[in-house]
Amino acid sequence: MQITPLGDQALLVELGQTIDESTHRKVQSAWRSLAAEPLPGVTELVPAYTTVTAYYDPVQAVQAGAPAGQIVDWLSDRLRERLKNPPKTAKTKGRMVEIPVCYEGEFAPDLGVVAKQAKLTPAEVIKLHTKTEYLVYLVGFAPGFPYLGGLPKILATPRHAKPRMVVPAGSVGIGGQQTGIYPCATPGGWNLIGRTPLALFRPALHPPTLLSAGDRVKFRAITREEFLRQEAGA
Amino acid sequence: MITVQQPGLLTTVQDLGRPGYQQYGVVVGGALDALAARTANLLVGNEENAAVLEMAQTGPALCFSQSTLVAWCGADFDAQINGEPCPRDRPVRVAAGDVLRFGLARRGLRAWLAIAGGIDVPLVMGSRSTYRRAGLGGLAGRALQGTDQLSCGDASEWSQQILEKLLANGQRATAWSVRPDTIGRPARVGVVRAMRGPEWEWFTEPAQQAFFQATWVATKEADRMGVRLKGPGLALAQPREMISSAVNAGVVQIPPAGQPIVLLPSRQSVGGYPRLAAVAAVDLRHFTQLRLGDSIRFEEISVVGAQDLILTQARDLTRVRLGLSRLLA
Repeated sequence: MQITPLGDQALLVELGQTIDESTHRKVQSAWRSLAAEPLPGVTELVPAYTTVTAYYDPVQAVQAGAPAGQIVDWLSDRLRERLKNPPKTAKTKGRMVEIPVCYEGEFAPDLGVVAKQAKLTPAEVIKLHTKTEYLVYLVGFAPGFPYLGGLPKILATPRHAKPRMVVPAGSVGIGGQQTGIYPCATPGGWNLIGRTPLALFRPALHPPTLLSAGDRVKFRAITREEFLRQEAGA
Repeated sequence: MITVQQPGLLTTVQDLGRPGYQQYGVVVGGALDALAARTANLLVGNEENAAVLEMAQTGPALCFSQSTLVAWCGADFDAQINGEPCPRDRPVRVAAGDVLRFGLARRGLRAWLAIAGGIDVPLVMGSRSTYRRAGLGGLAGRALQGTDQLSCGDASEWSQQILEKLLANGQRATAWSVRPDTIGRPARVGVVRAMRGPEWEWFTEPAQQAFFQATWVATKEADRMGVRLKGPGLALAQPREMISSAVNAGVVQIPPAGQPIVLLPSRQSVGGYPRLAAVAAVDLRHFTQLRLGDSIRFEEISVVGAQDLILTQARDLTRVRLGLSRLLA
């Protein structure tokens, strides 16, 4: 485990080097341990694939006893100490969620790019993408945006060198070895291969997102007609 | 009640942000220049986290139905009350029927207007900040429009007494002021201090040197999420895809095209581009004032040095708070 500063108000706790389920479990467990009881000065904890980031307020840390010139070391020691002696926390079991996706026409502007680099036909890409079961590693980047793991290696496609300024809501994309869904219109650099009519962000509910870290996801190909029908009904 | 006569180019309700929901991908957001928003609030006797109006480039025109105290901080806007100049960085008295009009920013880009009692909009996920991308917070999750009406909370005792003093003296504004850019140890003009980021070592030595030596120019691709800069291309020592991980305001991301993006408070919670550097938290405010073509340089600072700046700013702000409270003693 390595702890690295991310600027002057956050520390990255690194729990692995690769995207895999074992690292995911370590991240989830470290996150739960750190979140179980507040740490002095820590304002927010954010889990990702291989890291938990602890955001903190240096002023609060000093008020809690950190020496002014050694805030990072002081806080790192406390993070390590907590992870070495984790408090007992309840385990939460993820659910299986099916997501309908239309892989046609303007919903899939980069399907050809992904197919070409995989040396597959677009139909084969869709078949592979829907056959796989994915794990929600984290939710982030945009409200309700799930980062999904489990993408077949052959479909991995590098991000665009220059991100699009606007990606439409519901777009399903591939960025490197990751696949995910854009819940609202936002800039983004991933290859877009389809679109879902489901709302992934539901601010009036708690939790405010359809998917949470630890959930399993399967995509189901739908026609343009079904997409429009579901979108109208949503 | 305040009637919005003109909304301005992009005027939003903001407080100090919506922390605690990044795990759902909800941005922290809030006033892009927290120091300016906090100072404006202190100047009208508000809690520092009270909701203010953030304006950009062209400000709003607001008609007040009752007398109150206002204060604005930030860029050099042409601000007037009933056609008379409305000074910056100090408490200003407005009377019932007055129109406070912000024209163009003459220099810089954004300003923050506090009104005694704070803008009264519902708390959404613990904050009054507008989050436009998700349509949350502020006024129905959007920027001000021409027919909007704003209400404010109750003015504090301090605020009411300052207002009475101004009225008794026949003054529009106090003679004294508090300028946010005199709080703490500000950077030199055109320079921001920055630390090495977690992926600093991924970049070539020429790229590392260029980052701190080059003059960077603000592009038109700039919003509340971040500012894209133009300058020498910054290359990775070898091609490498990063595993997405958390970011923070101030983080300098380098997409494959090699041009930096400096993230601002409405940044995403997680990013996938290498984090070459991170701007010192106290200097991030300079990026909220950059206009197309403005230039800026980075100067290296250690994490300890940057945190010392944060602690100094906090001490100075405490002094300001004390000084203001003693005004009426």
